[in-house]
Formats: sequence, structure tokens, C-alpha cells
Amino acid sequence: MASGGVQMESAQIDLNDKGALQRGAALYMNYCSSCHSLTFLRYSRMAEDLGLTEEQVRQNLMFQNANFGDPMNTGLDPVQAAAWFGKAPPDLSLIARRKAEGPDWVYNYLKSFYIDESRPMGWNNSVFPGASMPNVLWHLQGSQHPLTEAKHEGHVCAKGEYKGGCITGFSIPDHKKGSMSPEQFDRVARDITTFLAYAGEPAAAKREAMGVWVVLFLAFFTLLAYFLKKEYWRDVH
Amino acid sequence: MNAVQRAVTGLTAWVNERTPGLMPAYRKHMTEYYAPKNFNLWYYFGSLAMLVLVNQIVTGIFLTMNFKPSAAEAFASVEYIMRDVYGGWIIRYMHTTGASLFFVVVYLHMFRAMLYGSYQKPRELVWILGMLIFLTLMAEAFMGYVLPWGQMSYWGAQVIINLFSTVPVIGTELTEWIRGDFLVSDATLNRFFALHVIALPLVILLLVVLHLGALHEVGSNNPEGVDIKKVKDENGKPKDGIAFHPYYTVKDLFGAGFFLIIAAFILFFIPEFGGLFLEYDNFIPADPLVTPQHIKPVWYFTPYYAMLRAIPSYFGTQIWGVMVMGGAVLILFGLPWFDRCKVKSIRYRPMLHKVLLGLFVISFVALGYLGMQSGSPTQTLVARILTVFYFAFFLTMPVWSAMGQTKAVPDRVPDHE
Repeated sequence: MASGGVQMESAQIDLNDKGALQRGAALYMNYCSSCHSLTFLRYSRMAEDLGLTEEQVRQNLMFQNANFGDPMNTGLDPVQAAAWFGKAPPDLSLIARRKAEGPDWVYNYLKSFYIDESRPMGWNNSVFPGASMPNVLWHLQGSQHPLTEAKHEGHVCAKGEYKGGCITGFSIPDHKKGSMSPEQFDRVARDITTFLAYAGEPAAAKREAMGVWVVLFLAFFTLLAYFLKKEYWRDVH
Repeated sequence: MNAVQRAVTGLTAWVNERTPGLMPAYRKHMTEYYAPKNFNLWYYFGSLAMLVLVNQIVTGIFLTMNFKPSAAEAFASVEYIMRDVYGGWIIRYMHTTGASLFFVVVYLHMFRAMLYGSYQKPRELVWILGMLIFLTLMAEAFMGYVLPWGQMSYWGAQVIINLFSTVPVIGTELTEWIRGDFLVSDATLNRFFALHVIALPLVILLLVVLHLGALHEVGSNNPEGVDIKKVKDENGKPKDGIAFHPYYTVKDLFGAGFFLIIAAFILFFIPEFGGLFLEYDNFIPADPLVTPQHIKPVWYFTPYYAMLRAIPSYFGTQIWGVMVMGGAVLILFGLPWFDRCKVKSIRYRPMLHKVLLGLFVISFVALGYLGMQSGSPTQTLVARILTVFYFAFFLTMPVWSAMGQTKAVPDRVPDHE
């Protein structure tokens, strides 16, 4: 467990939800794409899979100087980025596939930023302690402050640690509220997660849809093979 | 006779005249190869292993067309196959699912031989050739796993190749010779690619031919361990034997269908198989500067990996663990000579044999589980106990396999079959 056994909340994503995917793509382009790349995903492929026209993608979801067939790379220079953040922001093409928790990890990560003055950016994350990334969604979510309780000897904190105590949850002070309610923000996190899960394996929805027919065909084939075997074996005693 | 029939008959005669051995060979291995009529579920796994082998070769050819065997491009080329190559994801998942299912099928096939004493005289050579296939397959799988050049590919290769550094005197030079570099690098990936796509598959194919050739010379064993050649009819055909074709070809066709349902279910719905078939860390490109928290091999190597980790270092060298791991595979070769039992099949053996075989299976599976864990002191202790049992099972077999009261094996396959 790279995340130290932090409890994960299920993202409950649905890769067939075109609305969520489209909203997720828009949120991704607005909040993530200026620093992160999706090197293995092309704008054209995204348009096709998300049911968008080239025109829609060009106007709303693309960088000015990019081509429709290009990979969705950020314009950020990795060397400068490393200087600013301490580490160049990672490519997110496979972010939803590289943890045991899968897309749930992304969902929980997006929701788990909290104020921590000891960090260079002033932000920390209970899912990925010591993350270099600030909370780019703070004006939607608000600024979370950690609630802690004393950590017992040899005890593993289920939701991560803060200043030697176990994080039990977060609170958002009234003067730091975001523009969204917690439910609205959950949907934002879920939409981005859905989009990144899609980006991790663009063929996934098609794969499952196809799989039903393949398994049904094979079941039918096996049934025929069974009767064929029975027929041939009638004279074996 | 119409024109088509004339053409077929004519062509058949033309071919037979020029290759007189063809039809006799076909009869010997198919229509007049008499297999016992009482094969059960355990006898599907041989033909299934062939099916998976063909799958690996065919899908492998298509993967090779788009894969780039270089450290700079390998990872991206796999994602290119998964995304941009038409039907690429299906080919790639067929190959990755096939790799794991190959081991599932081969382990069950080997267990079948242990269950029914198939390795006993006169089938020792069949067993030896099968073990050589298993050994080659392990090398093939290991090198194939390095190719996608993810974190687990890289660090798995690092750990396994470093095992050779424990060899006295030449250890360091040996590992450099294997890697072709001072660390796992482009050169390593390139040569593993060559070995994975051509050298080892050729060896496996040759060994499969020899394995089947040796089997067809002595004939198949069966769940009763009855020698069907003892009782033959007036034509010299074993009374309890049936022609491999068509009887077992149609039966294996059914088995293949059933197997493919399971394979397709995994491929289309759970291709990572919870991180067992495709490990999560391998979705991160290889990074020589960042070591993953837990380096572990794919599930089919974990029983041996658990043994490797369980052995502490003595006299400043880790070679003991490496020897134990290698020994755990090599000891299987000796099985035909360790087993001193008069009967083959477990069905005619005393309770003691059944219990010990059962414990062996449990310890092997448990070691496989422990090999995936982080290796806490308790886990290490359990792994040590199980390792001792694993070796004791084989080394004391000459003693216990001769003990206990066996049941009399009949001349014919009993009716209840």
C-alpha cells in the first residue's frame, strides 16, 4: 500500500456516462491540463469516444496551438516545472491504473487536500502525504483543515497523519468556504475521476460491451461441442 | 465421381506417393493412438496448454509488429498498441491473460501427473521433457514480463538477474554478461526481446514435440493407473483404449470451449485480475532512480520467491536462498525416482500418501501467497516451515511412498468409470 493503508471512499464511476465524461474532460482541461499531460490520449480519440465533434473540441477543450490529432500534452516546460514544484507534474494517462485502489485513488486524492503551513505550497494531502501539488480546486471545494485525534502507540491512522495525530476528517471554516456544496464538489471529483479512468484505458467501455457477446458466443459454442462430444461418445462403454 | 472428388482423391494420392510417412504418422498420433477411455477433468490441461501456446505465439507475432524493443520506446509502444493499433488491446490482453493462464494450466497438468503417478515407469522421459518445458517456460515468462518496461518489469529484472551475482568468483561478471551492461538497460531489454520472441519459443516448440513423441511411444496413463496395453483385442487394440481422434479431439474441443469462456471473462471484464495478471506498478514507466516499495514477481513465481526470501544469508552470501529456489524447481525432475510406490494412481494408494500430497498442495499455494506479501517476521517463519516441508516431501518420498497398504490394481478399467 503506497498510501499507507488509507481508507478509500468508492468513486462509483460509470465509464458509459457520456455526460460525466464530457464534464470531466472540461474540468480536466480547465484545472489540470496546464500542468499535466495525457501523452497517450489524442484529442481526436477523446472526441470520438466522448461523442463530441471536432468543432466542439477545438473550441472548448484544446490548446490554441495544438492539432486535432495531437496527444493532449501540457505546454508546461518540465524543467521549469521541476524548479517550481520540486518535481515535474506526472503524466496522467495511466494515473487511474497505477494504484491498487484504481480510479478510487484519484477520487480520494482530489478530495483530500488540506491546509498545512509546513509544506512549500501550503497544502498537503492525506491520501498522498507530502504531495507537491497544491489544491487547484480550492475555490470550488473551499480550504479544508484537518481534524485530528491523538495517535496511539503502534496504531496505523486510517485516514493519514497530521502533526503526529491521526486525521479523523476535515472541516472548512466559514470564511474559507468554496463556491460549491460538498455534494456538488463530490460530483466534480467524480467527473474528473471518470475522465481519467477513461483516459487510462480508452477501450474499457467497449471492452466490456464486447465481452458480453464473446462470452455468450463461447457459451453457445461450448454447448454445441458438448452435444457433439456426447454424440461421438455414444459407442464408448 | 464429380470433378471436386476426383481432384481431392488425385491430390491425396499425389501427396501420399511423395511423402509415404505422412498418413502412417497421422494414424499413429491421431486415429490409431489409443488413449484410455476413462480420462477425467484433469486430462484436459495438456491440450489446453497447447491451445495457450498457440495463442501466445499468434498474439505474440502481432504484438511484435508494433512493439519497440528499446528502453526509450518500449513503454509507449505498449500503450500505442493498447490505444492506437486497431484491435491492439484485445491482442495484448490475450497475450497477458494467456501468459498467466499458461501457468494455471501447466501447474494443474503437473499436479495431474502427481495425482495419478503419470511420471512413473515407463513415462520418466515424458516427465523429464515436461519439466524442461516448464523450466523454459519460466525463462520465457520472465523475459516477456520485462518487455513492457514498467517499474515492475525493470525492478523484477534487476532482482532476478542479481541472483546470479551470488555465484562465487564469477558472480559480478556473470550478471554483466547477462545484462550486457552494468545495470538493467536498453541492451538488456533488446536481448530479452530476442530470446523471448524467437530463441525460447523455438526451444519450447521442440520440447513439446519431443514431449508428445515420448508420450505416444509409451501411451497415456489414466486416473486408475491401469496399464491398458495389458488387455488387447484380436486386432491388437487395447480393449480400454479409444482412438484419440475423434473421441478425444471432440472432448478436448468441449474443454477448450469451457476454458475459453473463463479466459474471455477475465480478458474482457477483469484483465488486470486484481493486480495478479497485470501489476499496478507496471503502469508506471521504468525508472532506475525510484525503487518500488514492494518488488514482487508475478503470481506464478511467488512460491519460489517466498522460498528465496525465507533463507537467511550465512557467511556473508545470499547464495543459499538462490540454491534453495533453484533446487525447489530442479528437485521436481527427480520425482520418477523418488516415488517407490507399487501403484501409480492416488486411488489405490494408502491414506498416508493422500494426506501428504494434500499437505504438499496446501504448502505450495501458501508459499505462493506468502511470496506476494511484504514478508513480516511471522510470514518469514511460516515460509521457512513450508520450505522445509516442500523439500522434505520429495527427499523423504523414497521412504514414505513405499509405506502403507496399497489396493490391488485391476487389469481393466473398472466399470464405475
